[in-house]
Amino acid sequence: MNPLSRFAISTALILAWPVAHAAEGQKIFTQGGANPAAMACLGCHGPDAKGIAAAGFPRLAGLSAGYLNKQLQDFRSGSRKQPVMEPLAKALSAQEAKAVSEYLASLPSAPASDLRRQQIATDPVSRLALYGDWDRQIPGCVQCHGPGGSGVGEHFPPLAGQPAAYLVAQLNAWRDGSRSNDPNQLMVGVAKAMTDAEITAVAEFFAHPLAQEVKP
Amino acid sequence: MKPIIATLLLAMGSAQAATPIAMEDQSQLKVPGTQAAVQFAPPAESQIPDNAFGQMVREGHALFVDTRRLMPEAVGNGMNCSNCHLDQGRMAFSAPLWGAYPMYPAYRRKNDKVNTFAERIQGCFQFSMNGKPPAADSPQMTALSVYSYWLSTNAPTAVEAPGRGYPEVPQPKGGYDFKRGKQVYREQCAICHGDQGEGQQVAGEYVMPPLWGKDSYNWGAGMHRINTAASFIKYNMPLGKPGSLSDQQAWDVAAWINRHERPQDPRLLEGSVEKTRLKFHANDGVNLYGQKVDGMVIGQGTTR
Repeated sequence: MNPLSRFAISTALILAWPVAHAAEGQKIFTQGGANPAAMACLGCHGPDAKGIAAAGFPRLAGLSAGYLNKQLQDFRSGSRKQPVMEPLAKALSAQEAKAVSEYLASLPSAPASDLRRQQIATDPVSRLALYGDWDRQIPGCVQCHGPGGSGVGEHFPPLAGQPAAYLVAQLNAWRDGSRSNDPNQLMVGVAKAMTDAEITAVAEFFAHPLAQEVKP
Repeated sequence: MKPIIATLLLAMGSAQAATPIAMEDQSQLKVPGTQAAVQFAPPAESQIPDNAFGQMVREGHALFVDTRRLMPEAVGNGMNCSNCHLDQGRMAFSAPLWGAYPMYPAYRRKNDKVNTFAERIQGCFQFSMNGKPPAADSPQMTALSVYSYWLSTNAPTAVEAPGRGYPEVPQPKGGYDFKRGKQVYREQCAICHGDQGEGQQVAGEYVMPPLWGKDSYNWGAGMHRINTAASFIKYNMPLGKPGSLSDQQAWDVAAWINRHERPQDPRLLEGSVEKTRLKFHANDGVNLYGQKVDGMVIGQGTTR
């Protein structure tokens, strides 16, 4: 092979890489990974990856690729324990995990409701969601997860549009230690400070946002 | 003879100058330590009256927590009031409004005059928000004052309430260290505030505030003092985990944050950082403005 053709081939590979990568991610989502144990995501997360609310299967569409990839790694390492996801994540190669994470991040999702932080919250649930309860060192959910629970960057996933059952399960997982993959242990203290009733109510708040922006 | 004449001239020029005036700064009084129990509790939201006053409380609250978006003409960076005054200005040891409002009017060395509360807020806009302060009689300033006044319901005036300001964190014996501070920053702060102190945005609005650079507080803000930032950090950061850093870590990371460039001090004298340092920064706590760090003079300012 002469140097020129080698150059041409490597250039073609580089140019084709993002397309091939995206196609690989889509294939894993719809058909599964190379290992048959890595089953297709859409079976549980829905054909649009928006989750299946009734079953508590979470939305993946539009989440940050970095966050999704980290979760897959954490299912493998056990810092996030989940009996269904653990074998699936272990069956994916590192490259497959990255590809499917990037594909999922590119999928459209409904924007978070434009719930701004400027309204005075009088009911206890929106007070907790917007402003927290500092006597117990609970920051408002939106202070890290963004206005309306939109998600911020790759460390603070969206709460908006996630099934209530999923959000409740995660808060409980932090409380019982089966989920311990929060960076800097930012969630574990918050989850442990919340009551069962608050967890249910806040999960509903973000799963079905009712309050829209109120002009002062 | 000459000193006497000068004294006489001064005395004739200003009646006030004849008698010595106590000039201690009333706004930077020693903050009560955390050992003093916080007794004051601001009123609950449900107690806002349903009348014109209550409406103004709500407007002031909105401006306080969503300042940048609601007052773009007055805010020149990415900050909201509630970034430095946690829990909507309610939280003890986070410079709560109920600890500040009852202490004004007060003499401030910063501008060498007795300041009303409105003038004090104007200082926040000029420095911490790097913006153009609204007029003292503007509707926004009235709303912010009304909100502060309401939060101070039943607070005694001119009494330093335990929980006001940020409690002083004594400077560690060995001083501070940028290298250690950088490490604390990476491990504890970057997840929210970004690797380069740039903060994080959603749809063009900051969710986590920038700590340096063009969208952060300027070189005239109180937070540019390492001692003040260390106090804020120790008692308020990371969010939900106050007190988790040691005094040393708080000082180290405060020094690391405040060695980075930010918008110029709007009081810049004749374009000279050195003159500005001598007049405004030389006796202003522990700060790096106008000092050389790694061969570079700090305080050059950022350009938008």
